[in-house]
Amino acid sequence: MSAADPVGALAARHRWRWPEALPWLAAIAAFFLFPGYLALGAQILASILYGLSIDLALGYGGIVTLGQAAFFGTGAYTAGLLAAHGFGAPEPGLIAAGLAAAALGALSGLAVLRLSGLAQLMATLMVAAMLQSAADKASTITGGADGLQNMAVGKVLGLFAFGLYGRTAYLYALVVLFVCFLGMRALVHSPFGRSLVGMRENAARMTALGAPVFARRLIAYAIAAGMAGVSGALYAQSTGFVAPDSLGFDRSGNILVMLLLGGIGRLYGAFIGVPLFMVAQDRLSDLDPAYWYFWIGLGLVLMVRFARGGLLGLAARWPAGRMRRE
Amino acid sequence: MRRFATMLAAAGAALGLTLAPAGAKTIRIGIITTYSGPLAPPGISMDRGLTLYAKLHAKDLPKGVKVSIIRRDDTGIAPATAKRLAQELVTRDHVQFLAGSVYSPDALAIAPLATEAKVPFVVMNAAAADLVRKSPYVVRDSFTLWQVAMPMGEWAAKHGMGDAYTAVSDYAPGWDAEGGFIAGIKAAGGKIVGSVRFPLNNPDFAPVLQRIKDLHPHTLFIFVPGGPQSTQMMKTFNALGLAKAGIHLVTTQDLLIDSELPKMGNIPLGVVSSGTYQEASPRPANRAFVAAFQKAYPGSVPDFPAMQGWDGMAMIFRVIRQTGGKFTPAQAMDILSHYSTTNSPRGPFHIDPATRDVVENVYIRRVEKLKNGQLANVRFDTFPMVSDPWAKMHPQK
Repeated sequence: MSAADPVGALAARHRWRWPEALPWLAAIAAFFLFPGYLALGAQILASILYGLSIDLALGYGGIVTLGQAAFFGTGAYTAGLLAAHGFGAPEPGLIAAGLAAAALGALSGLAVLRLSGLAQLMATLMVAAMLQSAADKASTITGGADGLQNMAVGKVLGLFAFGLYGRTAYLYALVVLFVCFLGMRALVHSPFGRSLVGMRENAARMTALGAPVFARRLIAYAIAAGMAGVSGALYAQSTGFVAPDSLGFDRSGNILVMLLLGGIGRLYGAFIGVPLFMVAQDRLSDLDPAYWYFWIGLGLVLMVRFARGGLLGLAARWPAGRMRRE
Repeated sequence: MRRFATMLAAAGAALGLTLAPAGAKTIRIGIITTYSGPLAPPGISMDRGLTLYAKLHAKDLPKGVKVSIIRRDDTGIAPATAKRLAQELVTRDHVQFLAGSVYSPDALAIAPLATEAKVPFVVMNAAAADLVRKSPYVVRDSFTLWQVAMPMGEWAAKHGMGDAYTAVSDYAPGWDAEGGFIAGIKAAGGKIVGSVRFPLNNPDFAPVLQRIKDLHPHTLFIFVPGGPQSTQMMKTFNALGLAKAGIHLVTTQDLLIDSELPKMGNIPLGVVSSGTYQEASPRPANRAFVAAFQKAYPGSVPDFPAMQGWDGMAMIFRVIRQTGGKFTPAQAMDILSHYSTTNSPRGPFHIDPATRDVVENVYIRRVEKLKNGQLANVRFDTFPMVSDPWAKMHPQK
């Protein structure tokens, strides 16, 4: 990176490199190779988007969060409630879900971002826990623990119905993920994204430099929340179902594990960690429906011991590695 | 775009053709139940019951027909997971039956999928009353909470326990237990002095029970899903001294599930409950079932989920035997919803073809100490052949 030409250096970040096409080629190939796995595939794609939202908040923004499910669930319930009350068109539902979650992110961010470290962690956790209790309790609206019944999701573009085999759901999720990813990639490579990394590394210094730290973090947090909301809506629309577990701690915790597995703050971590975790989960629970968590746990222990920084971190240690942590 | 849509449709049709079950000599049965996590015990019990039946009766299948059981873990009350697993069992594994479901939220999520895929879904526990109406492909061999709790309410009111407080888990079966008990007690001239609902997931029973103790009702009706929460609730009940304070506990079989009784010490001694099955029943069909169960799984106690898994598999086996292994979903549903037996470990039961729900005896039992020192639910009264009262009170429009 040349210090003499900062504008050129920033512009160079936006340039596409060929390995960046791999995830998309793999996703398209998977559509044709595994027709029986498209329901799972759609959930993986939605979870990758969810992983990206965590990567933006935590990996780039340095906001320690254990409550991202608050936004995932808000998006899921927004899309779900719309579909259950006659507004079943998926695309407006998706946008409404993103906006609702982003609004909640901005609102809760006002409180959460004034804290740091462990206190921040607890605050994010509490936001999600409060919402989950509310969803549990407001059973006349949400269906409570039984979940939202009678969702009637319309056809994508008015043409393609969500069927039993998940083909529509898969392609729909893929397109949405791609569009959101383009936005996120442009964002993290922009001066705004660079300033987020600066704040993560040294917030005091960024303040001294005159950067509006709180405002920029709030914007990043709201955008991340919106992405989580869209991901939740994808989940809800493709399964035709929402339950309070979409706001649960597992939903917040597991995605963090998946992202750590892939590599955090690397933009592509979610593309590696999420499919790896979810496919392993699927295969292992097929082989051993009772004790599959053991094997997941063992894998994670080995991962943390031998490959800190996730798989992308491992790859970056090779001399030819190109996926640096930014 | 249009060409792409045609291509998709063609691919779908091709897949549909390969799916046709006709002539298959292996009958695939997809089991979705809870195998992992804190809520697993009833799921594992159910799996043991159905596995045991399939093992012991494989010889009764028509020549050349085999049964393959494909197991999936819904991880507890996780309806979205349950729904995806059902979808995969249908699209990947091409199962001809779906079965299992300990928890109603999971079964409610699977039901619309059974309709879409036209796959019979044998519910082996989930007890929310309206579940059978969610799909014409649902048939249930277990019970509904209305069915079990209403006789309990009637019995309580007739035996000097007509001033009752209800405390239930806050989800469909809990509401049903509350509704059934209240309807029963009011029908027999009793009254309700108060009601409380507590969260289903990770509940803390102490504040709930403390508040009830302070209010001091004469009788307390409790419902929690049968399993680890049962023991937790009974221990809290004991620790806070509700029985010593003179509060009389009545409940359904869920709180006093046979498999958890050994973990409760002497706490539940004398507690009256209503239920559809007790492990201690001397009925020959039950003694044979218990003996086979304990031989296959030493040290374990069969409970009502185990019995329901056993009976559910018996229903599926009857379909296979009557049709020689060749049947359409409609034929299978016809046999399942006319199922009747006098020889279940629980006693006689049948399925009402109009509702596809179970009709069976509801027993009033008391926890007693047996000669061997073990606690057991012992029957002393019977409400014969009870059908779901909720369905009668809420006719389908």
